[in-house]
Amino acid sequence: MERTTLDLWVGIFVVGGIAALVMLAMKVGNLGTYNVSESYQVHAYFSNIGGLKPKASIKSAGVLVGRVTDITLDMDRYEAKVLMSLDSRYHFSKDTSAKILTSGLLGEQYIGLEVGGEEEMLKSGDEMTMTQSAVVLEDLIGKFLFSKAQESAN
Amino acid sequence: MQQLGWPRLRLVCAVVECGSQIYGMPILSSSALVEICDLNFAYDKRPILQGINMTLPKGKLVAIMGLSGCGKTTLLRHIGGALKPTSGCVKFNGQVVHEQNQDELYAMRRKMGMLFQFGALFTDMSVYDNVAFQMREHTDLPEELIHDLVMMKLHAVGLRGTHNLMPSELSGGMARRVALARTVALDPMLIMYDEPFAGLDPISLTVVGDLIRRLNDALGATSVVVTHDVQESLKIVDYVYFMADGVIVAEGTPDQIRASDRDFVHQFVHGEMDGPVPFHYPGGDYRQDLSLKG
Amino acid sequence: MPAARAIREIGHRAINAVWRIGMATRFFVLILMYSGNSFRRFHLIIKELFSTGVMSLIIIIVAGLFVGMVLGLQGYETLKRYGSESALGVMVALGLVRELGPVVAALLFASRAGSAMTAEIGLMKATEQISAMEMMAVNPIARIVAPRFWAGVISMPFLAAMFSAVGVFGGYFVGVVQIGVDEGSFWSQMQAAVDFREDIMNGVLKSFVFGTVVTVIALYEGYDAPPTAEGVSGATTRTVVTSSLAILMLDFILTAIMFRGN
Repeated sequence: MERTTLDLWVGIFVVGGIAALVMLAMKVGNLGTYNVSESYQVHAYFSNIGGLKPKASIKSAGVLVGRVTDITLDMDRYEAKVLMSLDSRYHFSKDTSAKILTSGLLGEQYIGLEVGGEEEMLKSGDEMTMTQSAVVLEDLIGKFLFSKAQESAN
Repeated sequence: MQQLGWPRLRLVCAVVECGSQIYGMPILSSSALVEICDLNFAYDKRPILQGINMTLPKGKLVAIMGLSGCGKTTLLRHIGGALKPTSGCVKFNGQVVHEQNQDELYAMRRKMGMLFQFGALFTDMSVYDNVAFQMREHTDLPEELIHDLVMMKLHAVGLRGTHNLMPSELSGGMARRVALARTVALDPMLIMYDEPFAGLDPISLTVVGDLIRRLNDALGATSVVVTHDVQESLKIVDYVYFMADGVIVAEGTPDQIRASDRDFVHQFVHGEMDGPVPFHYPGGDYRQDLSLKG
Repeated sequence: MPAARAIREIGHRAINAVWRIGMATRFFVLILMYSGNSFRRFHLIIKELFSTGVMSLIIIIVAGLFVGMVLGLQGYETLKRYGSESALGVMVALGLVRELGPVVAALLFASRAGSAMTAEIGLMKATEQISAMEMMAVNPIARIVAPRFWAGVISMPFLAAMFSAVGVFGGYFVGVVQIGVDEGSFWSQMQAAVDFREDIMNGVLKSFVFGTVVTVIALYEGYDAPPTAEGVSGATTRTVVTSSLAILMLDFILTAIMFRGN
């Protein structure tokens, strides 16, 4: 085979391979939607995070505004410390509340943000003080049974 | 990588009949290019070569003859450094072959050429690329010069017109000639031929035999031909060694060999069925094998 | 004593297997040692990229398309029961990028390019081309084996990426175009769930490892094959069997390391 034809085919092969990788990264993966460089970090304490995992999404009014970067157990408070990285295009007031929510009945868990009324905005390193933990199904059932039992006792 | 200068690239110009002395090779006192002294070799204690002594004088064409499996090819592999002797040594140009390290051995092999039994052309390259292979690997010559050299080598074996073909498109005899052109591509000092006549038609046989002789003389090289084709090789060589079961049983010039009255040589040269080499492989009693009684 | 003989046979096979693994590893080190030449003369690798990479393109693309389409169909049937058809994209993409892309592409590569490599080198050995090269003072590992090795290592991740990309489109075609899953949720859920580093890069890493292993096995079997017709055909079969098993076992190990705890 001619050297030039060979080079051409191998060139097509390599370009095709790179195109497939780029397509996987941008169209299939999250590289196209999520920009790591421009973000700021905040944290919040939850008494129970349920099934929240690192890289879970953070949404406000349903719009993706950031991701959970790290989850640790704080040994002073015995509460989960959740580190969040928020897109620097979006600003939230200091009294924004964070809730752990579930998408759909069996879907994965995410953090929902609800903006408060304060003027001052959250900065990098700040803490969100108003949090609502995940709803744990067992607790819910337990409460329900307890209230039923009380009802019948009355 | 060691660069090959111009003097190493003597050109074969259409195989002009010219003697070896024209190149003014330094005649050493021994004037032997290859010396084999008391060479022994065994595969797993099974002796293949036993006490071989042999000299290949410079400029000469020497044949090693013998039956299949008598150790001829093994001997060639020792000269090329592909095998290490159990004892004894092979000296090439005054250096002991098996004592060289990898780089030195490769440097030594650049001065050798070897034609394999069925040519061993690289099947994924064209005829042209096959002949150009060593020039590209070992020299930094510009492509135009390589082109001219390849054409000269191919012209020398009469196959300039085939340079675009792939080895699979050649006949057996043509492939052997291309392999010959490739073997002499870098003008080696020593050319080894492993069964160059095997499987050739009578015309190709004569052509290849003639080429071996003429290339040897034109290049001023030393050649060694391992073969069992008696008639063709007796026509072209200067000296003959006969081997059987790993030892040299006879040697001499072609005329001496033809006239020899030793049983083995006589049987071999004249191709007789029975003699010192028996027709029957040793076996038990024939009658017993056929379950005959009495 | 048949029991003793059986145990002896097992012992013999075990020793033989360990010995071959050791020899293949030594061969791998030799390839790396003699790789300098193939990078200095990159056209040697390009020539092999053609016969390993480009020639495997069609089988990879067709297989990827069909695997993606089957995933789309089966995934839809399963997800429908839980009312979460919108997660079809996630399922197709993760299945392909993490597992099926690297593994199936490597299996196809082993049977398409690996067996061809073994047969080619085995035949070169049987026809004394390798001995001839050695006699020409050219190291056959540097000249024949190393370029093929690097071509295999380079082309495998590309082939796996193409397999996955085409497969995602196959899943999209069946799920969205044919069945009618919502296009927006197909892509957006996929993008939310597939992480570039965690999933895609680990998939690429997997295929890189598989490419290395398959090529080394194929080249070693070819280089080690007895120089006869049966020897070469046996070596070709061994290449496909050994490398397929190696791919699947390594896949388990790599998956356990990469995706544990997520």
